[in-house]
Amino acid sequence: MAAPLLFDRPLLRRRLERALRAGYADFLLARALEDVEERLGAVLRRFPSALDLGSPTEAVADWLRASGRTETVVRLAPVRASPSDSLAVVGDEEALPFAPGAFNLVLSLLALQGVNDLPGALIQIRRALKPDGLFLGCLLGGASLQELRQAFLEAEVETTGGASPRVAPFSDVRDLGGLLQRAGFALPVADVELVPVRYDNLFGLMRDLRALGFTNALVGRRKTPLRRATLLRAAAIYAERFSDADGRVRATFEVVWLSGWAPHESQQKPLKPGSAQMRLADALGVPERPAGEKAQR
Amino acid sequence: MAEEPPVEATRIDPKLLEILVCPLTKARLEYDPERQELISRSAKLAYPIRDGIPIMLPEEARPLTD
Repeated sequence: MAAPLLFDRPLLRRRLERALRAGYADFLLARALEDVEERLGAVLRRFPSALDLGSPTEAVADWLRASGRTETVVRLAPVRASPSDSLAVVGDEEALPFAPGAFNLVLSLLALQGVNDLPGALIQIRRALKPDGLFLGCLLGGASLQELRQAFLEAEVETTGGASPRVAPFSDVRDLGGLLQRAGFALPVADVELVPVRYDNLFGLMRDLRALGFTNALVGRRKTPLRRATLLRAAAIYAERFSDADGRVRATFEVVWLSGWAPHESQQKPLKPGSAQMRLADALGVPERPAGEKAQR
Repeated sequence: MAEEPPVEATRIDPKLLEILVCPLTKARLEYDPERQELISRSAKLAYPIRDGIPIMLPEEARPLTD
């Protein structure tokens, strides 16, 4: 059975298109790109063919080309960011159009939080990598926009007597590490970075979300426009609960970083159980003692 | 009559063609330079190439009838 669809992908594409036309809010992407420089800087090797998978603007692909560590950079995105965007393919992050083993590196910034089938997308990424190829990516995680979620939920219950999904569910970092492993990645790592951002009020945050293309694209969203009373109540709740001493409000973006390698013989692996050449007690220099009496039957 | 588009502007990178497959079936694609399409026989879809950029989205593809 197919999993239920969470996101309206064509709508998500249109939202991103509109955001790019009106001026993309690139503060999260710029920060993520700085992180990539640091993270990839620690990996001492070249990546002859690289894929930029769905990063919202061409900044990531441009940076890769300028890094001198790649020969070809293919950029796949759901929409063309600008006329200067060196886009190679328009495509969907969860239906990759690439042959197995096409790339040495797949880099994907702030794109994968909007896919319906993240395990499937990760498996496709792993297959598109050559053995010993690297996947490095980031997406918004489960602690993102908690404040907004709470404010909307309460405001909607108060003003309409019911709630509808307004803030997307994001994946939990603990799940994501496991997903990497299940997708067949070796040496999987998932870690989290919290990015606090401050705004004058809820409306400032919503403006940024629109400029990020992140406005509600849930399949289960309420199709009628947000009522004015609900919006004003949400703004009041937000200001009441999540403001600093100077009256400005806080919003938290959780950026989850994922990395993993396509398996290769040269990588470190755990030994088979029972294959130890030496006793642990000898290594520790302590007398060996039984682990405990087995329960008597 | 409309002017022919310049050939250079619509030419697709041959290295890209080598690694592209159908996003639905992952099968090889046939390149039709006349119509500027990438044809997936297994999915019965023709993906358009616009300004040299393949649009690998099933909802944008032309269904093949034969």
